[in-house]
Amino acid sequence: MRYLPKSPAEREEMLSAIGAESIDELFASIPERFRLREALKLPGPLSETEIIKYFSDRAGENSVGYTSFRGAGVYNHLRSVVTDTIIQRGEFLTSYTPYQAEISQGTLQAIFEFQTLMCQLTGQEVANASMWDGSTATTEAVLMAERITGRRRVLVAHSLHPEYRDVLRTYAKNSGLQVEDLPFSKSGTLDHQALRSALRDDVAAVVVQSPNFFGCIEGVPALAEIVHGAQALLVVAITEGVSLGALRPPSEADIVAMEGQSFGLPPSYGGPFVGVIAAREKFVRQMPGRLAGQTTDLEGRRGFVLTLATREQHIRREKATSNICTNQALCALAATVHLTLLGKEGLRETAQQNLSKARFALNELTKIPGVRRAFDAPFFNEFTLEFPRSVKILNAELLREKIVGPFVLGTSYPELTKHALMCVTETTTRADIEKLAGAVGRALQQPL
Amino acid sequence: MNRRIKKAFRHTSQNEGLIFEKSSAGKRAFELPPLDVPEIDPAEALGENHRSGGVAGFPEVSEIEVIRHFTRISTWNYAIDYGMYPLGSCTMKYNPRVNEFVARLEGIATEHPYQPQELSQGCLRILRLLEQCLLEITGMDTITLQPAAGAQGELTGLLLIRAYLQKQGNPRKKVLIPDSAHGTNPATAVIAGYEVENIKSESHGQIDVEKLRELVTPDVAALMITNPSTLGIFEQRIPEIAQILHAKGALLYMDGANMNALAGITRPGDLGVDVMHLNLHKTFSTPHGGGGPGAGPVAMKKILEPFRPVPVLVEKEGGRLAMESVRPDSIGRLKAFSGNFGVLVRALAYILAYGPGIRQATEDAVLNANYIRKNLEGVYDLPYSLPSMHEVVFSDAHQKKNGVSTMDIAKRLIDYGFHPYTTAFPLIVPGALMIEPTESESKEECDLFIDAMRSIAEEAASNPDLVKTAPHSTRVRRLDEVGAARKPILRWDPSRQEADPNSPKHKAKHKNAEPAPVIPTA
Repeated sequence: MRYLPKSPAEREEMLSAIGAESIDELFASIPERFRLREALKLPGPLSETEIIKYFSDRAGENSVGYTSFRGAGVYNHLRSVVTDTIIQRGEFLTSYTPYQAEISQGTLQAIFEFQTLMCQLTGQEVANASMWDGSTATTEAVLMAERITGRRRVLVAHSLHPEYRDVLRTYAKNSGLQVEDLPFSKSGTLDHQALRSALRDDVAAVVVQSPNFFGCIEGVPALAEIVHGAQALLVVAITEGVSLGALRPPSEADIVAMEGQSFGLPPSYGGPFVGVIAAREKFVRQMPGRLAGQTTDLEGRRGFVLTLATREQHIRREKATSNICTNQALCALAATVHLTLLGKEGLRETAQQNLSKARFALNELTKIPGVRRAFDAPFFNEFTLEFPRSVKILNAELLREKIVGPFVLGTSYPELTKHALMCVTETTTRADIEKLAGAVGRALQQPL
Repeated sequence: MNRRIKKAFRHTSQNEGLIFEKSSAGKRAFELPPLDVPEIDPAEALGENHRSGGVAGFPEVSEIEVIRHFTRISTWNYAIDYGMYPLGSCTMKYNPRVNEFVARLEGIATEHPYQPQELSQGCLRILRLLEQCLLEITGMDTITLQPAAGAQGELTGLLLIRAYLQKQGNPRKKVLIPDSAHGTNPATAVIAGYEVENIKSESHGQIDVEKLRELVTPDVAALMITNPSTLGIFEQRIPEIAQILHAKGALLYMDGANMNALAGITRPGDLGVDVMHLNLHKTFSTPHGGGGPGAGPVAMKKILEPFRPVPVLVEKEGGRLAMESVRPDSIGRLKAFSGNFGVLVRALAYILAYGPGIRQATEDAVLNANYIRKNLEGVYDLPYSLPSMHEVVFSDAHQKKNGVSTMDIAKRLIDYGFHPYTTAFPLIVPGALMIEPTESESKEECDLFIDAMRSIAEEAASNPDLVKTAPHSTRVRRLDEVGAARKPILRWDPSRQEADPNSPKHKAKHKNAEPAPVIPTA
């Protein structure tokens, strides 16, 4: 087997050094009746060539050749080949969590840079070394707010990603946390009146997403003022990080929970991505996850270590702030490299292109009779359209023209049966948009 | 340093600053294609929400500077690709490069989780085959690939147990956890809404079965067991342990972190385990990547099937596969979308490379651990003498007499060109040295490691200060962790940096702290 570096003679030599007659002797502590007598029924062994063929064949059964207008938490963005080149270096790819700081300075410095970038993006003071994804980061942000405030009620915008809400409920179910939904207004943003009337002094956190699941941008400063009036914490969730290249940061929030997939990570059928928690510095000891901090070595040189570990499971066990251990370090590195490549100007320009293309698409699509924008709040690269008929039927028509149409909202929002969430990024060309508009127009002209 | 030591390793030493310190306005490393639609004015489109001028503080550098920056700092890391990485319980094995290649294929990496399922059959077939392989390896009935990592797998397992017991009327109160368990076990039990009761190991390091019999009251929901334990010892009475729990209506959870000792040899499902997680980034070689991403699939017995997290992979008529999100008894959703797909792809590629030959990998892993044990026994104290499986745990009892601790030995190992073993864990061994070589090490590499460990033991006796001040060959010396925690600096802030942070300010005060006492390759 090509991964195993021993010859039969070496195996024999090692066995006799141990003083064992056969390899089976080393497994004598497993009761005989439980030891497998037959080989496992597994496919393979396959050569490298055959492995590539197997996966290439599967890839061929997927969506290659289709143009997609789906975002809803996972976005197609331009990615430089440099990012993958760097993260495939063995020194990053094949190293462990940097507990042994002296021989992990590469990973530790990169995490420190990641934490810095996340603070700059979100306008917050501290950010951790990563969470599993945006949904678990949002949940952990709520649990963090619960620890900080000692309160147990959580108000969650109905316009928070439906699957993020589901994850929060899975975790809340057994922790005694009471989760309530807040409705959205006609403009698509959170209903401030409903927030005011639900807000009492037992609320730990209010969770809003911005841009929210309908693409609408929430006014964070105004929300923060209302929420802070009840001494509750404002948690802002962000699923589309690129928006921060054009949007003012949610500095007034107490905790920001972000999905970093947009920073150089491919959609990869839903993962692995990278979650971020950023917050005010005074809350750092209630933060979950790893943190890299700056320090000096014996001779006074700058160096980095994992720090404030007394929050974590390997030290605190049942009293830890979270059970997270393995996180998404390599994805955080990818985001660091990607954002460094883009830099200040590249991210601004990317965001600007998203804004321009999404507005071009909105214009083209709303020229079609019966198609209108559902909400009027400002948006970034996603917007909600209302169609004159079921979106599912429309999407089936579009699929015939090799277009993956917009995300159907009716499944998660029964009140929005003819609504869909359209996503346009810098990767979408003018020709793609014109093709979509043409296909939508034709589909809607067909008799029902 | 001993003359026989042939392996020499010198850390590349470069003074590379933080990326923010290399920034100069106007440079860039990435250019976009020109905009092909009318440009809009963002201030007008976004109003008061607009951030003008880009993100303050973001780096402005060129492409070559990005490559050099990350390449230089990468050389300050140790990696499996450099040599043996014997971290106990972490299973640092070779990460095949073909796995990286296939995970990046067009049609694999490019797929959107919300694309129509008829355009996702390739992804779903990959998941299906991986499910089948993992069930065959674990001997369990059904599985979920959703959990993002081992700790989330543990949570899934406990939530499944909770839902199952709840369905019968009472979720119960307590989870029993041996004192040798990973820290994630108790941390997870609390999130699942359970109280933790720690159980003491008996004198040989095994679960005290007689004691367990008393502890399993009607309040106990489950026992979380790691098998082999973190001592690297197989829990010989595990079938009996399962019977004790089952007789009282409780379930047996197995932490599969140490599955590298069992794959192809025995199956937890046959041993009476009800539910377990696997760490694909350990046993199934998806890279650790400096701390993730991982994946923590949970395999279970039939009784737990109705409670699996959504979405659930199902087979429709005609062999079409689909993800179902509506399941009445499900514990709910664990993360958005569906599992860490890219990690699952790599794990399947690994399994396909071995096929049934995965048994050979397990045998070699156990062979290596026992070979190292045999050669270091006596040199280092072996607190528990039962047979070792894939890892061996020594203690620093002999070296402690000279004031040398497991951490010192670990740091000195760095000078010999190895990553340290796991120190100070499991908690039941004071001054533990927990060594897991994995099957990826040749006899030659094992011999080099043994030579290094013997040499350090001699140094600990003859020149303890040399060991206590190690490492001597790395870019930075031991770091001030206490200072880092006392006044945390968690992001770059130019006002908190010295003019020349990477140059030494003073010489270390330790005697014997001579530079790099490493013998070059002969």
